Amino acid sequence: MIYDAVILGAGHNGLVTACYLARAGLSVCVVEKNGWIGGAAVSRELTPGFTYSNCSYVSSLFRPEIMRDLELPKHGLQILPYEGGAVFMENGDTLGMFRDHDANRREFARHSPRDAEAYDIYARDVLRHCRFIRPMLLRTPPDPARFRPRDLAELAWLGRQLTGQSERQIAEMIRFWTMSISDYLDHYFESPVIKAYLAVSAIIGTALGPMSPGSAYVLLHHYMGDVDGNIGAWGFARGGMGAITAALAASLRAAGGEIRVSAGVETILVQNGRAVGATLSNGDEVRAQRVISNMDVKRTMLTHVAEAELPADYLASVKKFKTRGSSGKLNIALDAAPVFPALPEGSPALKGDLHFTDSIERMERAYDDWKSGHFSADPFQDVMIPTMIDPTMAPPGKHFMSCFVQYAPPKIEGRDWTDADRDAFGQTCLDQIERHAPGFKDRVLHVEIRTPRELEAEVGLTEGNIFQGELTFDQLLFNRPVPGYAQYRTPIRDLWICGASTHPGGGVMGAPGRNAAAEILRDMRLAPKDMSDAYAVL
Amino acid sequence: MTATSLHRQPLAETPFHPRTSALNRLHNWGAWAGYRTAGCYGDTVMEHTAIRNAASLYDITPMIKYRITGPDAAAYLDRLTVRNVSNLAEKAVHYTAWTDDAGQMMDDGTLFRLGPQDFRLCCQERHLPWLRDSAWGFDVVIADETESVAALALQGPTSAAVLRACGFDIDGLKPFRMAEFAFAETNLLISRTGFTGDLGYELWIPPAQALALWDHLMMQGAPFGLMPVGSDAVMLARTEAGFLTANLDFIPAQQALREDRSRSPLELGLGWMVDWNKGPFTGRRALLAERETGGRWALVGLDIPGNVSAEGAILYHRKTAEAGFITAACWSPTLKRNLALAQVQARHADCRDLWVEIYALRELQYVKLMLPVRATPRPFFAPERRRATPPPAF
Repeated sequence: MIYDAVILGAGHNGLVTACYLARAGLSVCVVEKNGWIGGAAVSRELTPGFTYSNCSYVSSLFRPEIMRDLELPKHGLQILPYEGGAVFMENGDTLGMFRDHDANRREFARHSPRDAEAYDIYARDVLRHCRFIRPMLLRTPPDPARFRPRDLAELAWLGRQLTGQSERQIAEMIRFWTMSISDYLDHYFESPVIKAYLAVSAIIGTALGPMSPGSAYVLLHHYMGDVDGNIGAWGFARGGMGAITAALAASLRAAGGEIRVSAGVETILVQNGRAVGATLSNGDEVRAQRVISNMDVKRTMLTHVAEAELPADYLASVKKFKTRGSSGKLNIALDAAPVFPALPEGSPALKGDLHFTDSIERMERAYDDWKSGHFSADPFQDVMIPTMIDPTMAPPGKHFMSCFVQYAPPKIEGRDWTDADRDAFGQTCLDQIERHAPGFKDRVLHVEIRTPRELEAEVGLTEGNIFQGELTFDQLLFNRPVPGYAQYRTPIRDLWICGASTHPGGGVMGAPGRNAAAEILRDMRLAPKDMSDAYAVL
Repeated sequence: MTATSLHRQPLAETPFHPRTSALNRLHNWGAWAGYRTAGCYGDTVMEHTAIRNAASLYDITPMIKYRITGPDAAAYLDRLTVRNVSNLAEKAVHYTAWTDDAGQMMDDGTLFRLGPQDFRLCCQERHLPWLRDSAWGFDVVIADETESVAALALQGPTSAAVLRACGFDIDGLKPFRMAEFAFAETNLLISRTGFTGDLGYELWIPPAQALALWDHLMMQGAPFGLMPVGSDAVMLARTEAGFLTANLDFIPAQQALREDRSRSPLELGLGWMVDWNKGPFTGRRALLAERETGGRWALVGLDIPGNVSAEGAILYHRKTAEAGFITAACWSPTLKRNLALAQVQARHADCRDLWVEIYALRELQYVKLMLPVRATPRPFFAPERRRATPPPAF
């Protein structure tokens, strides 16, 4: 049979695209190299009784429009807001975070009365940037080099968004998009630990340090999501991040779509400049009217398409597309909850994110290690224990701990990671936690250590870059992934890209997948079914 | 200091909490600037009646209080605020406002001149970054003293009598003046100020002596009908007086998420306090330009027919075109009028042919009213006793 569409990779974006296309009446087949679906949004049982969100671990960016369009709650998706958090400081103190505004202000005031008040102004200013960018997430970027009516109309829309702001606000936005998070925070705050806490969102997943220009935008990328309208808030997917892709898969099957696992793409078949299908690792060949890749643009084009099929300038751009990996991950099964003596009894911090980096300088030094081809000796970790809230992921009283770690380079001093490197990396992270939670290591039942090597090998992320391409300003909007090819198309007719290499980028957002589906249907002159526009920003 | 247990007690308690909590028979608490505050002790109608009939005690400790001291304190405040601070006498208070560079209202509040180089600025919202950033080039020290000063509002027609019974001679104390009295081996500062539009005082004391002051007032005030009151009654009193509240009647500029939501003092009817001739102050250029070209909005007092309060209602010109919105409203028990504060587009400042659309919820169903409104001067309530010196006994 010849499908209307074959989707390469059962990550969240691929499944989102598949769902929308299936609902529009297309015959759809998703092929996945792993024996499970989900890409980087997975829940995996690697040790009995424990479920790991072993790649992405929290949710905020996933568009509520998509959850609703695709009826994901009906198919089992539940997002749990979480509370609290803490930064453990070298001097034995902590900086606590609270959902309650007054409690949070009073805690910040303990570190700096001025910063406690400045935080509200900062939050207001960042929220302004979020409000500006949110309507763009579910829109195809214009192509400014072409003068088709749709591109002109979209450029005009973008222009109106800008001119709706005051001169002062436009200046603010340009500052924000171009600055380092360190410089940006210096405008508001004086306390090193408060700055360190707030800088986190600007470096996660990014091969930039907090002092690198452009890192402030990355912060926005992590703030522009929401949990039920609470912009900037993050939550857990009940049952782990795989619950998102499981719900998408159920929604897809309900719409008549098909998923094949252990069936990775080998070669994208191109005939007369058109993509017509793919050969699979299991020996099958799947034929389709169009081929849609959820893989990053580098993997898609450099591994699965013959170079001769691609224009040289496009190929050069793809090769230069920045996908530098920067992060690793530890997934840990714990016999009992860790005890952090610095936290008061009953602290909600364990239900939120835990950090051990109490200054931007320490973060930057961790980045220095990355630059010289080493994992950080004093890494930054974003530690969460979803089982403090989610009862489904570990036996009662036992816990799953997720440790997101920076920095970890794609290669160690230019050579590939070895198992010994990986284990040393893991030990460094465990030691850091142990320093703040004595006895922690004795409670560890199982650890999965993931470096960029494992992320690339298992999930297929080139160089282990979790965003399928860095979120620097030069790689955003109509420049993502390649100028002239930002509308989910490629130089090969009927070969599309629907993953995070495209606008609006990475994170478990679903927006690239949804936008790609919109473009494909538009190309087919079909009206999308059950596809909402972005919710209005009032 | 080590980690606190704010998760167990996110709201702070004021120094009066041991007394207010014992009296709060409804356990009706609200949050005010991070403090636990009584919304109502038992009966808002009785509490409001005490404000207008006898005397009321309201814990205003949560009000944000900044202490500004130093050789340049007066010059700094002249630069910061729109009024003339050099003319503010020692031991005097004035109601004032300050804006950002664009002339947009940051907050309003009361400025106390405690000494030649010593001021207290009381307001609703927090402004420490702004106050400190504005101090560049001035020899001043700015400190948040919210926690270190306990404060009570004693308001109502018998409030002067209560103070006399307490042994404080306030006969010569004029409105917007303050005096110090010895009490419990400390200095008690009493200012003739308040937020009810009535005869009344505010009392300022170190937290350690707060309970002694409360007990003394309550004991001596009993024969004069003194009653502790919660925020609900006070907000009703302020609405029938026609006073503004930050974040209810205007959005402070630094909190405005939507750029067009901030307002200038001129748009809020506070132009009278701007001293155009005192020299440069923050926002002056923008306000001068606005004085020439006119603002976008006007704050008006409204008299509305009938007795249905118009909270949250929208105003229409000729019943059709949106022209503004109500920011505060009440049926005034004291004035027997249906009153409101509203922001209207500047061209409708005269309120001609303006209508208010009220949705009155009556047993689960809305009764929709479209009523003509009439502009009415503020303050709505300003009894003679408020200004009389010496103050009357009731």
